[in-house]
Amino acid sequence: MTHEAPRREGTRTRRRRKGEQLMVPRAEFRSYYGRPVIKAPSWAARDIAGYFFLGGLAGAGSVLAAGAQLTGRTTVATAVKVSSLAAVSLSAAALINDLGRPDRFAHMLRVLKPTSPMSVGSWLLGGYGPAAGAAALCAVTGRLPRTGAVATAAAATLGPAVATYTAVLAADTAVPAWHGAHRELPYLFAASATAAAAGMALVVAPSRESAPARCAAVLAAVADATAVRAAERRLGMVAETYREGRAGRLLRAAEVLVVGGAVTAALGGRYRSAAVAGGLALLAGSACTRFGVFAAGIASAEDPAYTVLPQRAAQGPPPSP
Amino acid sequence: MTDSLLSGPEPDPAGDAGHTDAPPRVGFFTDTSVCIGCKACEVACKEWNAIPEDGLSLTGMSYDNTGSLGASTWRHVAFIEQSAPPAAAQAPAPEGRTELPLAADPPAAGGEFRWLMSSDVCKHCTHAACLDVCPTGSLFRTEFGTVVVQEDICNGCGYCVPACPYGVIDQRPSDGRAFKCTLCYDRLGAGLEPACAKACPTESIQFGPLDELRARAALRVEQLHAAGVPDARLYGHDPEDGVGGDGAFFLLLDEPEVYGLPPDPVVTTRDLPAMWKHAGAAALSLAGGFALSFALPALLRRKGRR
Ligand code: SF4
Ligand code: SF4
Repeated sequence: MTHEAPRREGTRTRRRRKGEQLMVPRAEFRSYYGRPVIKAPSWAARDIAGYFFLGGLAGAGSVLAAGAQLTGRTTVATAVKVSSLAAVSLSAAALINDLGRPDRFAHMLRVLKPTSPMSVGSWLLGGYGPAAGAAALCAVTGRLPRTGAVATAAAATLGPAVATYTAVLAADTAVPAWHGAHRELPYLFAASATAAAAGMALVVAPSRESAPARCAAVLAAVADATAVRAAERRLGMVAETYREGRAGRLLRAAEVLVVGGAVTAALGGRYRSAAVAGGLALLAGSACTRFGVFAAGIASAEDPAYTVLPQRAAQGPPPSP
Repeated sequence: MTDSLLSGPEPDPAGDAGHTDAPPRVGFFTDTSVCIGCKACEVACKEWNAIPEDGLSLTGMSYDNTGSLGASTWRHVAFIEQSAPPAAAQAPAPEGRTELPLAADPPAAGGEFRWLMSSDVCKHCTHAACLDVCPTGSLFRTEFGTVVVQEDICNGCGYCVPACPYGVIDQRPSDGRAFKCTLCYDRLGAGLEPACAKACPTESIQFGPLDELRARAALRVEQLHAAGVPDARLYGHDPEDGVGGDGAFFLLLDEPEVYGLPPDPVVTTRDLPAMWKHAGAAALSLAGGFALSFALPALLRRKGRR
């Protein structure tokens, strides 16, 4: 094998993408044949990003259901309780499916480790799942109203944690796009979960009961857009991974869908068809946000530049030779 | 000082993990300046630990056909072919070792050719992110201060994989469970040194109590600087660094990223208290947002009625 003229091994030449301008000029840096420094998670996007979405839908849904119950909006309360139960069941299935060895899921409950967001999350789900289940069953059958009320309250108490802990799960890794945004991700996930639950309520609720969902949709859209922008600002050059490629497309779609859905619901939500359209857009937008953040993380892990350059920048300028 | 358990210097990791009367912490000092790239360590590791074959395809990028550390590669010898400016290319005089033909006859133009070789391994971090995030307790701190996975407990969740700031631990595709260097836990228990250190013909891989290794490494760097190798540097030796110092540290002849190592890794659990705090605040604002959403329409309706 012949080696061509001496070339800096692993020196990265600037990637050129068609028609796309890099936001931040990329500094030259050396790497080991361009190979990644850290290992990207081998999680399947469908399972884990899907889990993030479903967990958010379920958790925020439980809060909405409790509010609806308290204010006498029983149709929407029951419908959203059922959707929360369905979402949490599906999300547990997705999690178990992603383990290479599903039969060993029980090992998750061997210990409770506050340093492991996945351990904390498993216990959270262990408490939340049955509560959401009981709340839904009591609402649908109309039996045991007292148990139903307690379960509704318990699910609503744990719901916000179920919706936001997944942000810590992602951020407590060496993945630059996730760890770098560890302050903003929980707010983004909370906003996205709110959008999903509001969307679900708009789809299933009669218009006379949907005023709170419309209001929540608007708040969620504002918070969602704010959190994404704040994260991108802090991430510096790593923000590229949120703007380019698959992640960029998903997050742009998410913004259009969430904002569009919220505006549709706010302006036309008294009409059933507009409410359903807005609700579906909110649900789709929330899913796009989760898949987009997931894709950004993978992209940032696979390119050594996103690991090396921020660490170099944090160290300050290199000592002069 | 609760946060010293998450980051910063930690003089006694085995003690903090609950081992009483622990033996002194042990580790590796890998001096890459004498590595000849023979891969004896890779082979010895595979043999002793009975690690399955993980693909025989060629990477095509260099003499390195292993590529990186992984579930079935616990030692990995990196090969870097460099044309360096003459000053930096001054390799230490070979002390009776086999000389590589390429290093022996440097090309004329553009400085000298040199080979950097480095046997990489799990760093057995003082603050090990893999261990911190493992939800099953399958990753644990041994009495020797090293980090080991228990195969029968690991449930294949794969959380440790993106958590490691060095990209060391990985899941075996066929199996799903995570594997990595154990620093030959079984051999240590029997009073032996790890297989890779035993097999290394140049003593590039040195095993022993960490304090001793650190002192030896400091001497070696001085020696190399005096011999006119200004680029010699230690990597991962400093207990003040982002992972509280590595149980396996290195003497390198160029920047860490050239070897595929992160220049300044940080154990992500350092920021975990902040993350939980923000998650709590986010959860509260989610609940608050809904409270507002229910309150506003009610207020508006009341106003409308008046
Ligand atoms: S290098 Fe990675 S796998 Fe090894 S102990 Fe540190 S965090 Fe764990
Ligand atoms: S894959 Fe195994 S060792 Fe890694 S975090 Fe999960 S349970 Fe722990």
